[in-house]
Amino acid sequence: MDFTRRDTLALGMGAVALTVLPFRVNAAVDDVIAEFTGGATMADSGVTLTAPEIAENGNTVPISVESEGAVAIMVLAAGNPTPGVATFNFGELAGAHAASTRIRLAGTQDVIAIAKMADGSFARASSNVKVTIGGCGG
Amino acid sequence: MAEGVKPRVKAPSSAAAGEAVVLKTLISHQMESGQRKNADGTAIPRSIINRFTCEFNGKSVIDVKMEPAISTNPYFEFEAVIPEAGDLKFTWYDDDGSVYEDVKSVTIA
Amino acid sequence: MKFKAMTAVAALLLSVPAMTLADPDEDSLVINGEIESVTETAAPAHLSDVLDTIYSGWRFREDETQQLQMDDFDNPGMIFADLGLDQWNKVEGEAGKSCASCHGDVEESMKGVRAVYPKWNEAAQEVRTLAMQINDCRETNMKAEPYKYTSNQMTNMEALIAVQSRGMPVDVAIDGPVQATWEAGKEIYYTRYGQLELSCANCHEDNYGNMIRADHLSQGQINGFPTYRLKNAKLNQTHDRFRGCIRDTRGHTFDAGSPEFVALELYVASRGNGLSVEGPSVRN
Repeated sequence: MDFTRRDTLALGMGAVALTVLPFRVNAAVDDVIAEFTGGATMADSGVTLTAPEIAENGNTVPISVESEGAVAIMVLAAGNPTPGVATFNFGELAGAHAASTRIRLAGTQDVIAIAKMADGSFARASSNVKVTIGGCGG
Repeated sequence: MAEGVKPRVKAPSSAAAGEAVVLKTLISHQMESGQRKNADGTAIPRSIINRFTCEFNGKSVIDVKMEPAISTNPYFEFEAVIPEAGDLKFTWYDDDGSVYEDVKSVTIA
Repeated sequence: MKFKAMTAVAALLLSVPAMTLADPDEDSLVINGEIESVTETAAPAHLSDVLDTIYSGWRFREDETQQLQMDDFDNPGMIFADLGLDQWNKVEGEAGKSCASCHGDVEESMKGVRAVYPKWNEAAQEVRTLAMQINDCRETNMKAEPYKYTSNQMTNMEALIAVQSRGMPVDVAIDGPVQATWEAGKEIYYTRYGQLELSCANCHEDNYGNMIRADHLSQGQINGFPTYRLKNAKLNQTHDRFRGCIRDTRGHTFDAGSPEFVALELYVASRGNGLSVEGPSVRN
């Protein structure tokens, strides 16, 4: 195929756009989700994921999850080298079925929370977190 | 046993029977993810705390499976229901087999 | 196809939200619901020609980061103050003493100490940083090995001592026997270093509140040191940070514990006179 200057420019800008877009998706994420849910469909309400819009530093990002009536909540980072972050299993003496922690994010990506409810159904929430690199960190 | 691993737990010393209380736990641990590389380019092997549990008088409050994406000096905040006087036991399990523990007693107000 | 692709790409690039330039925010810092921390106050007299107001670095951080400092059980730096307390009570050295043997309860004996360091030591006829004083005590009174200046043990001990001054205003002397050192520190602050030829003042006095790439520039105050940096997930001392900053100008940096950094620490501490001691604080 012959590339005109316009073609080359468009392809070049497209490549640049791809690096700018939050395009980090890990195929392993789907596998991990499928293993947790057994392939069941996930409702898009029933679990709340709180994460900052822009992380001050990707090394320590505070997040919290909550799902009333969940027996477990799994958290994944879709753009990390491995997607697993944590799975919170609530015991019989758990108060609110919620937890907060701090996680590492390798770059801008979606953080995903999947709740397994007592009745065997599932719910999913996700949040896009921008992770900046560079500054005068020292 | 990893050096300088110290837990730090916030738990109330007393609660009303049946009250849900907020617990905060920290532990100093490098949580070496296995992603970092040495100066010569070889990977530094993974060495993390892979599980955290909290029990009250032997009953489970929370059981967390932890992956390398949990930050250094892992922090968890969660709630426990206190039905009677007793002990909250916090346990961290290290990849290297070490187990770290902390216990906080709770009386009924 | 060519036109549509380029328009789509251009539209996408334009829709990425711009980073907002932000001055220090309006939040107030109360630790554990009881320790009120002054994070904004009138600049000390010696800065009257360059600054009206001084701000703690806490005011330049995102809300989530600020939260981490508001409860001693959220603050990851506090585990290291705990480790410092273990060290405080540990007998070491040939004299068979621990810090506690002479100083007793750290909460009483170290109250207000952090707030006035670096300071003049009459017996030794020199300006001392807290780390220097700790090591002098260890060598002279405990007959123990000194801590390496930027070691974890030294940083833990500094954190423990800083906790005892929380909420108290930084108040380092700048005249009398320390004056020459203070002047030397001031000169370093305004000297351009490195390939990038940047001085401390270029960023922290002329440009605080602006973004330097992805970082929100503070005034470079050190009332919060030692500080837990999210970036390396551990406590950092002032001299660690000074080294990092000068290295970032692509310059050869002074060493931790060097006379240059002692002078600089005295000067920078004095720029924060009036702000509350926050250590261990949480920063980026």
